[in-house]
Amino acid sequence: MAETIEHRTYDGNRPEDGQPVVIVDDLYVDFKTLATGKRLTPGSAKGLLQRGRELRTVHALKGVSFTAYANESIGIIGTNGSGKSTLMRTITGLTPPTKGAVYAKSRPNLLGVGAALMSDLSGSRNIILGGLAMGMTREEIESKYDEIVEFTGLGDFIDMPMRTYSSGMSARLKFGIATAKEHEILIVDEALSVGDRDFQKRSEARIRGIREKAGTVFLVSHSMRSIRDTCNRTIWIEKGELLADGDTDAVVKEYEQHK
Amino acid sequence: MAAKYSLDRVGARPPLSHYLKEVWRRRDFIFSLAKFRIQSENERNRLGMLWVLLRPIFSALIYGLVFGLVLGSMRPEGFVPYVIIGVFLLEFFNSSMNGGAKSIISNSALVQSLPFPRLVLPVSTVLQNLLNFVPTLALMIILTMLWGARPEFSWFLLIPLVLIFWVFNQGVALIFARLTVHLRDLSQLVPYISRMIFYTSGVFFDPATVLDKYPAIAAVYDWHPLYEVLAIARGILLPEYEIPVDFWWKHAIWAVVILCIGIVFFWKAEERYGRDD
Repeated sequence: MAETIEHRTYDGNRPEDGQPVVIVDDLYVDFKTLATGKRLTPGSAKGLLQRGRELRTVHALKGVSFTAYANESIGIIGTNGSGKSTLMRTITGLTPPTKGAVYAKSRPNLLGVGAALMSDLSGSRNIILGGLAMGMTREEIESKYDEIVEFTGLGDFIDMPMRTYSSGMSARLKFGIATAKEHEILIVDEALSVGDRDFQKRSEARIRGIREKAGTVFLVSHSMRSIRDTCNRTIWIEKGELLADGDTDAVVKEYEQHK
Repeated sequence: MAAKYSLDRVGARPPLSHYLKEVWRRRDFIFSLAKFRIQSENERNRLGMLWVLLRPIFSALIYGLVFGLVLGSMRPEGFVPYVIIGVFLLEFFNSSMNGGAKSIISNSALVQSLPFPRLVLPVSTVLQNLLNFVPTLALMIILTMLWGARPEFSWFLLIPLVLIFWVFNQGVALIFARLTVHLRDLSQLVPYISRMIFYTSGVFFDPATVLDKYPAIAAVYDWHPLYEVLAIARGILLPEYEIPVDFWWKHAIWAVVILCIGIVFFWKAEERYGRDD
């Protein structure tokens, strides 16, 4: 899908500092859901029989605009349900906006591959499948295969079906596969909280490595420490609106005072 | 500003030629997805791959017994291999149509988490069914030989027949892949639609003899795409039947038209897949 776009940038035509790579233009995202369930209102005798089944609209994003420039790492903060994840999914093009648009130099990638994997297959087969699903070629996967296996630390388990893995093990496998690809614009959604402490350190190092190679990184996290460590700019979103956008220290300070 | 820095709108549907090129670039993914799905399904059942063969055998047994009794003297010549060919070939069609109908809606997690041309999913589903169909086809040939068919050079005509049939099934799968996204309830109806097609395509009876007295209806019936496939296959394999030559081009027209409609119809809604409303 993003072939023409990807090719342009993979030709070595790397955007320089200060050049916009992602423009989010007055973004609105609404979700329509069928709210179901018995609606019991006091005073209504037929309350029990009446099944409310009405279309409710949730406004997840209400006019968010910003521009991300090359080689920035941008932290996205906000309380639960503030629209952070929706914003990220819209930037990757996976959730279509209701109004407004996202323009990007190349298709932003969300760090996540779990949905492509099959639990009945071995870890090694899943590495191939996950890599292909992310758009890597077979040669690329083969050249990175050993590195991925070593990173996940799965050892002999790599030939066992994934359903036999512990949750930590499969999280490590997913993370290892997802980070094997070189991304130009990368979105990490709280991926740092995966696995035990040793693995967390390794994954943070890996994220830093990706960040150096990638042009632009968005990090969604509730951990102000990892935001401070990795991001030079932070955007604070609350109830679908952009509350603050600027230098990480200033925005995080404001956010913590607000809490 | 977006135009000045040559940024493109994210998630925009690319022109058809780019889209198909991108699908072609993902051919490794399509093939691996099909292969790994088969392996994963075989892991789950103790008999594994054997079920691919057992399913059509059981349906051929049941349909053959029931309709063999019901039809009585109306039974077409060489009834046993006649039913076997019908049931086994339609297995490919049914699995492609049902699989295609589910290919987007049952993979919503995948569609919502990774960007790739969604055409990959129905194409890989039908490829998976084709790979499953190859051993079925081999068994079908062996069974017809048990009932008196003798190998001839013309049996190689089965290869182009299966290829055209594949193209047709792919087109049908693409159309249903999009339809079920818009009308989720349709996926409940798909089994009935495929059953209706199954009963009308001449699995147990010979439309040519049944409609002997109504030439007008028979002429229309000759355009039934699945009846065409079954009639050609019987003509190839069974000594009692001739290959209806006009069915070749009739089914080829069906296949090409349905595939083109399917691709365009599916591609038009590319931005719609993965949305919840």
